[in-house]
Amino acid sequence: MAVHLRKYLRLNKLPHIWCPGCGHGIILNSLIRAIDEVGLDQEKTVVVSGIGCSSRATGYLNFNTLHTTHGRAMAFATGVKLGNPDLNVIVLSGDGDSAAIGGNHLIHAARRNIDITTVVFNNNIYGMTSGQYSPLTPKGAYGTTAPYGNVDQAFNLCDLMISSGASYVGRGATYHAKQLTTLITSALDHKGFSFVEGISQCPTYYGRRNNLKTAVDMLQWQKDVTIKKKAAEKLSPEEQQEKIMIGELHKVADRPEYVEEYEKVIEKVSKKEGTTG
Amino acid sequence: MSEKKPQLIQGNEACVKAAIAAGIKFFAGYPITPSSEIAEGLAEELPKVSGRFIQMEDEIASMGAIIGGSLAGAKSMTATSGPGFSLKQENLGFAAMAEVPCVVVNVQRGGPSTGAPTLPSQGDMMQAKWGTHGDHPAIALCPASVRETFDLTVRAINLSEKYRTPVVLLIDEVIGHMRENVVLPTQDELEIVERKKPAKDLDNYLPYKADDDMIPPMANYGEGYLFHVTGLSHDETGFPDLKNPDVIGGLTERLVNKVEDNKDDIVEYSTENLDDAEVVIVAYGSAARTAATAMDQAREKGIKTGLITLKTIWPFPEEILTDLLKDVKTVVVPEMNLGQIKGEIKNCINLSQNIVGVNRVDGELITPAEILEAIVKEES
Repeated sequence: MAVHLRKYLRLNKLPHIWCPGCGHGIILNSLIRAIDEVGLDQEKTVVVSGIGCSSRATGYLNFNTLHTTHGRAMAFATGVKLGNPDLNVIVLSGDGDSAAIGGNHLIHAARRNIDITTVVFNNNIYGMTSGQYSPLTPKGAYGTTAPYGNVDQAFNLCDLMISSGASYVGRGATYHAKQLTTLITSALDHKGFSFVEGISQCPTYYGRRNNLKTAVDMLQWQKDVTIKKKAAEKLSPEEQQEKIMIGELHKVADRPEYVEEYEKVIEKVSKKEGTTG
Repeated sequence: MSEKKPQLIQGNEACVKAAIAAGIKFFAGYPITPSSEIAEGLAEELPKVSGRFIQMEDEIASMGAIIGGSLAGAKSMTATSGPGFSLKQENLGFAAMAEVPCVVVNVQRGGPSTGAPTLPSQGDMMQAKWGTHGDHPAIALCPASVRETFDLTVRAINLSEKYRTPVVLLIDEVIGHMRENVVLPTQDELEIVERKKPAKDLDNYLPYKADDDMIPPMANYGEGYLFHVTGLSHDETGFPDLKNPDVIGGLTERLVNKVEDNKDDIVEYSTENLDDAEVVIVAYGSAARTAATAMDQAREKGIKTGLITLKTIWPFPEEILTDLLKDVKTVVVPEMNLGQIKGEIKNCINLSQNIVGVNRVDGELITPAEILEAIVKEES
C-alpha cells in the first residue's frame, strides 16, 4: 500500500479480524484509495456501519466512526448528515445488514436522495454468524440454514436502488479491484444518494459449502460470472440472467438532493419570518 | 416566547415550545397517536431556528437518526407512543451504552400491542426503565400539567446533555391533549445546559474517559477529534474490549452509577399536607391531579391526607420516599396501570404500613371518588 494512505487506517487496530482469503480488505483498500482520490477532509468525514463482518471496517478506519445496531447504519447516518450537513457521510454495510434487517432504511435513503455514499460488502452470506443464507444468497446455494439449498430468491440490490431513487448506482467486485476503486471514487464525488455494491468472497462460510473451496476459486468465479454493462447489453435476456453486470449502472445529475431541499425550506421560512417579524 | 402572556395550549404544544427553547436542533420521528402534535409542531418550528425535521420511515430509524444527529452536534429528540416506544428500545440501549444525549417523548396510550390508541394510560412506566436489554441508566420524567410539560421537557433535554444519556419524558394522553391556560417563562429565565466539551488536545482525546463526576467530556463529529463510537462494551478509547471483565463491568456500573449516584440532582417531586398526614397518596402524571382533589375531599371528612407528586420516576426516589412515608399509616397509589410504581413504593415502607393501589386499565381516568373510596375503606 502507498505509504500516504496509512493515515486513513488505525494501524494499531490491525491485523483485522477477517478470515484469510476474505474479500473485505480489498473493498476497504478501494475505499481509502477512493477517499484519497476525491480528497475528502478526514476530520469532516464520518463512516457509519451496522453489524456483521463488513461493519467491523469502521474500527480500522481513522475517521469519525460509528458502529451502530444491526441494519440501522443508514438511519444513524441520515441523522449525522442532518445534524451537520457539512460532514461527508459514508455507510459501510453487508448484504444481510443492508438488504434484510436494514432494507427499509436503505430504500428510503435512496428515495430521499440524501447525500450519503453507501458501499455494500456483498459476500452473499451471513459471515459473522457463520454462514446462514442472506437476501443475496443465490437461489439453490447452500448455507447453514439452507442445508438443502436456498429456497429464497435473491435481491438484485442495484436494481432495487435504481428503482428506489438512488442517483448513482454501481457494482464492482474484488476481482476487479481497480474498477471498484473507480466506482467508489465516482460515488463519493456524486451529490445525492450513491450506492456501490462490492461483490466480495467468503471462502470460509460461502465457498466451502458451495464448491468454491478457496479464495482463488471464488475470485475465478467472479471473473467468470461478471460482465461489463456494455458487453451485457449485447446478450440475450437469457444469457444476461447467467451474468452479473458490473460497472456504473445508473447516474442522474438532476435529482434534487434531500439536505439541499431542506435548506431551501429553512431559507424560505427565515425570509417569511423576516418580513412578518 | 418574547412576551409573557397567558396562552391556551396543549401539553404536546408545550413540549414543542420547550424543545425549541432548550435548543433542540434536530427531530426525527414517525407519526403516532397521541404524540403526533409534537412532530407536527416541530416540523413547523425547527426550520425557523435553522434546525431540521425529518419524518423517518419508522420508529427504529427515528431513534437511530437522533443518535446520529446528536453525535454530529445537534441537540436531538423524537416523540412517540406505546408501540413506537417498544420499537425504539434497541437504539435507546445504544444511546445509553454509547452515551449519546437525546430525548424520547412517550405520550402513553393503552397497551399492550396497539392497545387503545386515543385513550389515556400510564402503562409504560416500567418499560421506560427496563425496556431495553441489559443493565443501563434510566432517567424518566413525568409531568402533571401543561406548564409542567414545558418545564420537564426543558429539564429532560438539560439532563440528557449533562449526563450524556437518553432521557425519557413520559406524558400521559390526558396531559398531552389537555389545553390549559399557561404563562411560559421567557428565554432568559431558562437555564439551558450544554454538553461538556473536551480540552483542545486532539491527539490525546479519550472519548470514554470519565471525569470524577463519571461523565466523559463529549466531542462532536467534525470538530477534529477522530474517535470511534460503538454499542459494544468498550474501554476509554471507545474500542471494544471483551477480554477484560473489569472493562465490561466497570463500564456498565459507571453508566448506571452516573445516574443513580446523582439522584440529588435529578430527582424532583412535590409534597402537600404531609406534616400531619396519616394517609399519603403518591401519584404522578394526570393521576396526581385527581389525587389532589381526593386529598381535599378526604380532609373534609376529617381524614388527615397528604400527597406526594413524583416528577422524576427514574431514578426512583427510594430513599426520599422511605423518609417521607416513615410515619404514615396508609399509602394510596393511583395509577392508570396495574400497579407498576406501587411495587417500587412498597420497597419504601415496612410491613406494618398499608399500601393500596387504585388502578384502571380500561382507558378511563381515575376519578377522585375512586381514590376517596380507597382512603375511606382503609381508614374505617
